[in-house]
Amino acid sequence: MLRTKNKFSTERDISGCGLCGIINAKKVKTNGSDIKKSISVEHDRGNGLGGGFAVYGNYPDYAELYAFHIMYDSLSAKADVEEYLKNNFIIEKEETIPTFNTSKIYDHPYLHRYFIKPKSNRPDKLFHELGDDDFVVNSVMLINQNYDGAYVFSSGKNMGAFKGVGYPEDIADFYRLEEIEGYMWTAHNRFPTNTPGWWGGAHPFTLLDWSIVHNGEISSYGINKRYLEMYKYNLALRTDTEAITYILDLLIRKHKLPVRLALTVLASPFYQKIDKMDGDKKELYTALRQIYGSALLNGPFAIVFGYANGMVAMNDRIKLRPLVAASMGDFTYVASEEAAIRAVCQNPDIVWSPKAGEPVIVEFEEKNIHQKGGLIGL
Amino acid sequence: MTKSSFSNIQSEYLALIDQNKCVRCKRCIQNCGWGTYSFGGDKIISDHSKCVACGRCYTYCPEGAISIVKNPTIIRENANWKEGLIKNIWRQSETGGIVISGMGTTFKYKKYFDHILLDACQVTNPSIDPLREPMELRTYLGKKPSRLDIDIDVNGEPVLKSKMPPQIELQTPFVFGAMSYGSISLNAQKAMALAARALGIVMNTGEGGLHDDLVPFGKNIIVQVASGRFGVHRDYLNSGVAVEIKIGQGAKPGIGGHLPGEKIGVDISRTRMIPVGTDAISPAPHHDIYSIEDLRQLIYAVKEATGYEKPVSVKVAAVHNIAAIVSGIVRAGADIVYIDGYTGGTGAAPNIIKDHVGIPIEIALAQVDERLREEGIRSEASIIAAGSIRSSADAIKAIALGADAVAIGTAALIVMGCHVCGKCNTGNCSWGITTQRPELVRRLDPEVYGERLYNLISAWSHEIQEVLGAMGVNSIDSLRGSRERLRGVELTDAELKALGIKHAGL
Repeated sequence: MLRTKNKFSTERDISGCGLCGIINAKKVKTNGSDIKKSISVEHDRGNGLGGGFAVYGNYPDYAELYAFHIMYDSLSAKADVEEYLKNNFIIEKEETIPTFNTSKIYDHPYLHRYFIKPKSNRPDKLFHELGDDDFVVNSVMLINQNYDGAYVFSSGKNMGAFKGVGYPEDIADFYRLEEIEGYMWTAHNRFPTNTPGWWGGAHPFTLLDWSIVHNGEISSYGINKRYLEMYKYNLALRTDTEAITYILDLLIRKHKLPVRLALTVLASPFYQKIDKMDGDKKELYTALRQIYGSALLNGPFAIVFGYANGMVAMNDRIKLRPLVAASMGDFTYVASEEAAIRAVCQNPDIVWSPKAGEPVIVEFEEKNIHQKGGLIGL
Repeated sequence: MTKSSFSNIQSEYLALIDQNKCVRCKRCIQNCGWGTYSFGGDKIISDHSKCVACGRCYTYCPEGAISIVKNPTIIRENANWKEGLIKNIWRQSETGGIVISGMGTTFKYKKYFDHILLDACQVTNPSIDPLREPMELRTYLGKKPSRLDIDIDVNGEPVLKSKMPPQIELQTPFVFGAMSYGSISLNAQKAMALAARALGIVMNTGEGGLHDDLVPFGKNIIVQVASGRFGVHRDYLNSGVAVEIKIGQGAKPGIGGHLPGEKIGVDISRTRMIPVGTDAISPAPHHDIYSIEDLRQLIYAVKEATGYEKPVSVKVAAVHNIAAIVSGIVRAGADIVYIDGYTGGTGAAPNIIKDHVGIPIEIALAQVDERLREEGIRSEASIIAAGSIRSSADAIKAIALGADAVAIGTAALIVMGCHVCGKCNTGNCSWGITTQRPELVRRLDPEVYGERLYNLISAWSHEIQEVLGAMGVNSIDSLRGSRERLRGVELTDAELKALGIKHAGL
């Protein structure tokens, strides 16, 4: 079966897309009907070969556990993966992910979720001392690469990805998102151009608490991939989105860069701008480019990524893909098209189009937007 | 043994003069560094045996009266006993010596650059127009830490915790390859220095010391330390932006160099710090480097002498085990590794070495880059690729295979008029490049050729920008090492594997 994994003989998967995101800075929860409505306005930005959602704050009862969402092609794959999980993790709870038959999603893999934490006496401790997060990352990569017919599509805490092959509004019905509540939502509508739909290839792509939805094609994928491989990331999916997620994981989680600086790596300012900065700042930005030149995402993209502390939306350094943002009270909306925002928030306080490479960052702690990328005239 | 009065070796070229056009201005006599022409009372006479087809005479003949043709007198064709082999046997049987020549090998080996094709954007990702959008070629050479450590200052702004190691800033990913004063003329070096300064790139002194006239160009110069240690002193090490330790050269891996005493005039003697008229012999190995740990000592001796303020480069020839060698060099502390492929040029080298030793730069580069990445040390050093970069296309492909920058040697000399006649070793270069004869050197105007070098590198840089734009990226960083943008044609599986690229269509 060609469902969970990319078995097409392409170096990588290319797609155009639509995306949107909704966040409440005070962590007020809403159900999935708004995000569904919003992404459904962007129906024509996809072709029915991939849709998906990420939601944060949906598993408050298991907030301290890693929530693994795994798709299986067969029950034997499930048995193999569960053996691995049992050996390495304490499984607090496991269940089939509730899905609902709709006429539109007629063919799907077996979808299961586990609330787990790594065992303190797990076998790998004999060889190295990995933190829990690192061990989870390794486990996700191991399963996705080595276990045929199994694919982990969500592995964070108190968050989850729900995705599949189909238009996003149908995927929303399939998982019945109106019954799920969260304080941050992202959504994606996919238009793959070189592979037919496969479930694992739908967005969001997630790793730990990272979730990425992405519209674009990273023209620098070749070197981004080789750069990540140097740090032992395994790019099994061969998608741009996977590369972006790993770069963020490397920069923010491993290299401990502040989010804002990590973002300037992805869409770095041009030297002509850096040269005009003063002293320390110029030195810092020059060093960022010297060290992380291979992590620059070059080519058209608009991304929305969620993480434990908030949400970021940004464009590539010359804005080759659409991205609009709006805010209304504690809510911030981002989308490929303004219409998608107006569909769920008719009269926002402000609507703006973020400038190239300048991120919109919304973090929960601050309870406000502390950087409005390229916001003009305020 | 009595010397026979005749040679079997016939003239390779004929210098033919159309006596109807010739106005007896005698410019050809003046221009030819080889003494081919003389005045026979009423007309110019050619001694064909001296002609090397360097092109100087017909370029400067005001009447277009000269044509240089290949000597039509044949040596009987034989695919096995080729003309060159037969002539070498005659030559060596007449002299008992090693056959020496200048420039790179003339053998027709497979040129891998010519079997690699570049990618471009169509529909799914947009190409970028370099005439309308910024297109960055700036390149930094030197050790990069694998991660950035930052502090937060009093204003809550991030600042660098530790200073970056020293870097060479290049405005475009080209450098001029190492060519010493001695092997080439001072005017040729000056032309490169002027161009390097105008372009924001660097030239390289080679193992010939730094002439006083070039000291003001320090910010655009890499000074070299090679096995003869000519011209090396503390101020010399500190006078450029970086120091290069030369271990080997693509045209002559494993052997040293020899600048004959007759070329060591007052000026060169001063610059090289050796007596006038003595042979300048660079030994095959450095006499203080017999292993990798010795190299480490020299690298750190140079760093100590320069206060850790200049990157140290190590230049090696591409040989069979190059990946492991470069890995060792990087771990020994080099900040830059300069890899010279087997088609690289030289002022003089035995043909036996030049034509048969080493490996192609394309493959060496791909293997080195892959190896350093596997070991997680690729960012520890920058890589300069060299060994006949003939066009911007070669440069782009080298960068996509993993080079940080490429070095231009022969191409720079071609700018100055070089016709690649391969007779650099004789010191008679009619173009004033590889000669120390004052009347020949004088004709090479550094400003004229400095500008032409500037033009060439600018043109190539524009071409690289066009290609980057077509690929949909606006920084050279995004092409560097991106083999995914390369495809091979007419290559075997083994060759594709060695290059780390896929066949076209895959």
